[in-house]
Amino acid sequence: MTTGHFRTPSGGRIDRSRPLRFSFDGRSYSGFEGDTVASALLANGVHLVGRSFKYHRPRGIMGAGPDEPNALIGVRRDQGRYTPNLLATQTELYDGLDAVSQNRHPSLEKDRMAVNDRFSRFIPAGFYYKTFMWPRKAWDRLFEPRIRAAAGLGIAPSESDPDSYAQRYAHCDVLVIGAGPAGLTAAMEAAKSGAQIILCDDRAAMGGSLLAANQVTIDGAPAARWLAGMLDSLAGMANVTLLPRTSAFGYYPHNWIGLAQKLTDHLADAAPGQPRERLWQVRAKQVVIAAGAIERPLVFPDNDRPGIMLADAARTYLQQYGVEVGRKVVIVAAHDNGYRTAHELKDAGIDIAAIADIRGDSPVAARARQAGLRVLTNAAIDGTTGKLRVASITLTSGGKRETFACDAVLMAGGFTPSVHLFSQSRGKLMWNEDLQAYLPDQSAEAERSAGACRGHFALDEALADGAEAGRSAAEAAGYPFRPAIIPLACAVAHPVGGGGHIGAAPTSDPSRPKAFVDWQNDVTAADILLAAREGFLSIEHVKRYTTTGMATDQGKLSNINALGIVAEATGRTIPEVGLTTFRAPYTPISFGTLAGRARRDLLDPARITAINDWAIEQGAVFEDVGNWKRAHFFPKNGEDLHASVARECLAVRESVGIFDASTLGKIEIVGPDAAEFMNRFYVNAWTKLGVGKCRYGVLLREDGFVLDDGVVGRLAPDRFHVTTTTSGAARVLGMMEDYLQTEWSDLDVWLTSTTEQWSVIAVQGPKAREVIEPLVQGLDLSPDAFPHMSIADARICGVPMRLMRVSFTGELGFEVNVPSGYGAMVWQAIWERGQAHDMVAYGTETMHVLRAEKGFIIIGQETDGTVTPDDAGLAWAIGKAKPDFVGKRSLARPAMTDPDRKQLVGLLTRDPRIVLEEGAQIVAPAAEDRSIGHVTSAYHSSVLGKSIALAMVRAGRARLGERLEVPMPGGSIAVDVVAPVFFDPKGDRVNV
Amino acid sequence: MLIIPCPYCGERPELEFSYGGQAHIDRPLAPSDLSDEEWNSYLYVRANPKGRHAERWRHIHGCARFFNAVRDTRTDHILATYKVGEPEPEIPA
Ligand SMILES: [Zn+2]
Repeated sequence: MTTGHFRTPSGGRIDRSRPLRFSFDGRSYSGFEGDTVASALLANGVHLVGRSFKYHRPRGIMGAGPDEPNALIGVRRDQGRYTPNLLATQTELYDGLDAVSQNRHPSLEKDRMAVNDRFSRFIPAGFYYKTFMWPRKAWDRLFEPRIRAAAGLGIAPSESDPDSYAQRYAHCDVLVIGAGPAGLTAAMEAAKSGAQIILCDDRAAMGGSLLAANQVTIDGAPAARWLAGMLDSLAGMANVTLLPRTSAFGYYPHNWIGLAQKLTDHLADAAPGQPRERLWQVRAKQVVIAAGAIERPLVFPDNDRPGIMLADAARTYLQQYGVEVGRKVVIVAAHDNGYRTAHELKDAGIDIAAIADIRGDSPVAARARQAGLRVLTNAAIDGTTGKLRVASITLTSGGKRETFACDAVLMAGGFTPSVHLFSQSRGKLMWNEDLQAYLPDQSAEAERSAGACRGHFALDEALADGAEAGRSAAEAAGYPFRPAIIPLACAVAHPVGGGGHIGAAPTSDPSRPKAFVDWQNDVTAADILLAAREGFLSIEHVKRYTTTGMATDQGKLSNINALGIVAEATGRTIPEVGLTTFRAPYTPISFGTLAGRARRDLLDPARITAINDWAIEQGAVFEDVGNWKRAHFFPKNGEDLHASVARECLAVRESVGIFDASTLGKIEIVGPDAAEFMNRFYVNAWTKLGVGKCRYGVLLREDGFVLDDGVVGRLAPDRFHVTTTTSGAARVLGMMEDYLQTEWSDLDVWLTSTTEQWSVIAVQGPKAREVIEPLVQGLDLSPDAFPHMSIADARICGVPMRLMRVSFTGELGFEVNVPSGYGAMVWQAIWERGQAHDMVAYGTETMHVLRAEKGFIIIGQETDGTVTPDDAGLAWAIGKAKPDFVGKRSLARPAMTDPDRKQLVGLLTRDPRIVLEEGAQIVAPAAEDRSIGHVTSAYHSSVLGKSIALAMVRAGRARLGERLEVPMPGGSIAVDVVAPVFFDPKGDRVNV
Repeated sequence: MLIIPCPYCGERPELEFSYGGQAHIDRPLAPSDLSDEEWNSYLYVRANPKGRHAERWRHIHGCARFFNAVRDTRTDHILATYKVGEPEPEIPA
């Protein structure tokens, strides 16, 4: 096991009494409680942690927080618990942690794909768009598989996630995002008012920059002590909820904030059943965003070697984790934080070879020289060397070029306020010329920003700004709090302010191309310049063309430098170039967090009928129809679908079948104006429909196309029993309510969904009457007393029944409606009676075949939202004398009466064994390149002994007898156009 | 997710509502009197403003009633809600 040679003898917030073992790429290391994987690796001298996305260049840890672009690792707990793409800088160490690097083949040290780097001049920006467009086959077979194999970050886990995820809704008066200096004072001031506060922070420990503030006092106390006191006070307040390890990933309208809380990832062993993460959906009256700022890297040649990192990250590793990122360090600076870092590292005994400031002389430079540091001003950065770790850097200053040996290069480009969440809230940003930064300007939501995320970088300013923000947020939430805020006096050894550099840093060797802007997507300054030369002016276009800022880090380090390069190349200012949109999530979150409990059985509710258990016992195969579970077919003795359906169909035609039609939508329409409502709503005429009679109803949308259909029975002059398709039930009821509430308020009508109230048992076949007659009480079922298309309320098996004599099969048929609680009992009684007649239970597939034999359409199969009643052969249903109904006016538009419209026809294949494919296109033999229609339904008909199909064909009714063709990959299939009714065209069988 | 004040029930989350498109488009009383152009305009032509938009919502998983709302399409702020039949309220800028 390797021990931590780069660990300082003392200091930091790690617990040195609790060593932890872990492995990285199979090699064992040790760290301490309080480490992240990144800090523990650095303590062991490991900088090389990944290969880059495109060029497979060796990459090291750059940052110490959520802005890290390189150090993406996979962590494996067991077979089902492998999490790719975790940030090593945010992954807390636990004993036994098993981590692997990504995007390397076979190892970090030897990566075959690194050859990409040598050919990089052949893979410039826009390379995918330019190179792989031709020939088409090469894309499918050659380019795409190779790109997919080479690209991608991490490997998806191979097994279903065994962990559970929790979700919680929360309301609060003030949500404070970020527990750095400004967030802490904001939460405290707001909490003093009595308001309900949630304070969240994405790190394990709250405190933000204060966690690494060693040479700082607040209110006379060391920053660490002040922080501990502050956190104690907040934790003791009943109106404050502290959420560490909780990332505010999305800001949605009306102050709805998504928080992702990690609960067990930092534990070596989580208790069984303990949720791994929790999604908080917080509705806050007021929000304080105290998200801090992110240090910018400098763009110079070969700025991506392991060991080159952000200055503040190096300072954080030293002060918070007791880790030296190198022994001999060069600092490249465009901002005073470079000097602060130099002083603090030097105080820890680290050799600072040089500070290269691209700016001119300044008081901070003079102070550094006084402290014995070597400072180069007006420096140009010419490049670095080192294979798997930076070994030297070449700098030019005052006309003199010099190369410094080093094992780390620290970049201080200035701080970029973290405005992601503010921008997500649709707040307007404003460019601040003094600070050279975009800052929050106009709010769209009830929020305010505080501290460094709105440009208050100095500690005393951030603390005061947070307090003000907390105070005003509480007041706006209805909790005024008057006493004056007492300013906190801060003493900071090396203060840092705003400023810095944006764009490419000066270099005396501009020919060297690899100056990286976006480390995670491997985008260089040259790529962005190329995009500008090729005419991409909009920053949104530059982003998509070069992919800069489009990786999982959302361009936290790269966006502003990319803007600066585009601005310079196109002679515009940064605000003229504009800014790309910030999108959620701020940092990647897991699918598990979003899914929560909504997995497996809880993913989507299943709707079942009263007959469901019986169908399961009978061995039915089910299909999903919307949320309904419907019996698809009832196989016997190992039958397949085809055999089972053939048997079921024949039995219905020869004897009798039973079918669960309970899922049909049912709406009861009641009131003095019920008939008038039906007249206005459906195409049919309803006034003359007698009580006790049924009619097939057709419903259009206002644009004239068929929306739904179903049998409607009249129970009384003011009462209709309307059935709809299974999937259209909610849509039809919603549309009825819409017209009734918003257009026809003159009508006195009530609508009630009764879909779930009735079990519907369809008994179909020549023996149907014989089966149910002995069970029915109070109703004469003889043909004259209760003819086809009758409806009546009576009793069956002693329970209330609404009986409809209807047929979707073309056979004598009844639909027995009973209250759902009696559904199973009545079904069983009918089933037992049916055994004497060889009754079969049939499923939806047989139902489809039987109705197709009769040419009955199914909404959504023959119709597709562009079919008129006439197209579907349903013009006969229209009440011609009615002045108006929904969709009537549209039917008179010229396009709707075009004789060349697609019309419903039947098709018979010349070879009766061939069943057409539903959706197949249809052509005329003389014009095979032009589709004139499509197959909508196709089955083998066992009763007819041949295949049948329904189709929508242009001018189809004028083509009866024509031969057409259905082109398929194996050759064209010849078909004859016939009338769409294949069986019992006169309809004699229903009238028995 | 928006918070929408139903004029009948009060503030409820967007999940309880369904959207109903632009408000104040009355179905013609005698569609057959309309020209094809007029009918086309009733069927298909809708406003798409950047800013205030009077629109229909239905509290489908609540009181089930339709009502109208004025929403700013830039911010998704609901500026007013009101019952069917009431005129669009005047809202100072
Ligand atoms: Zn309501």
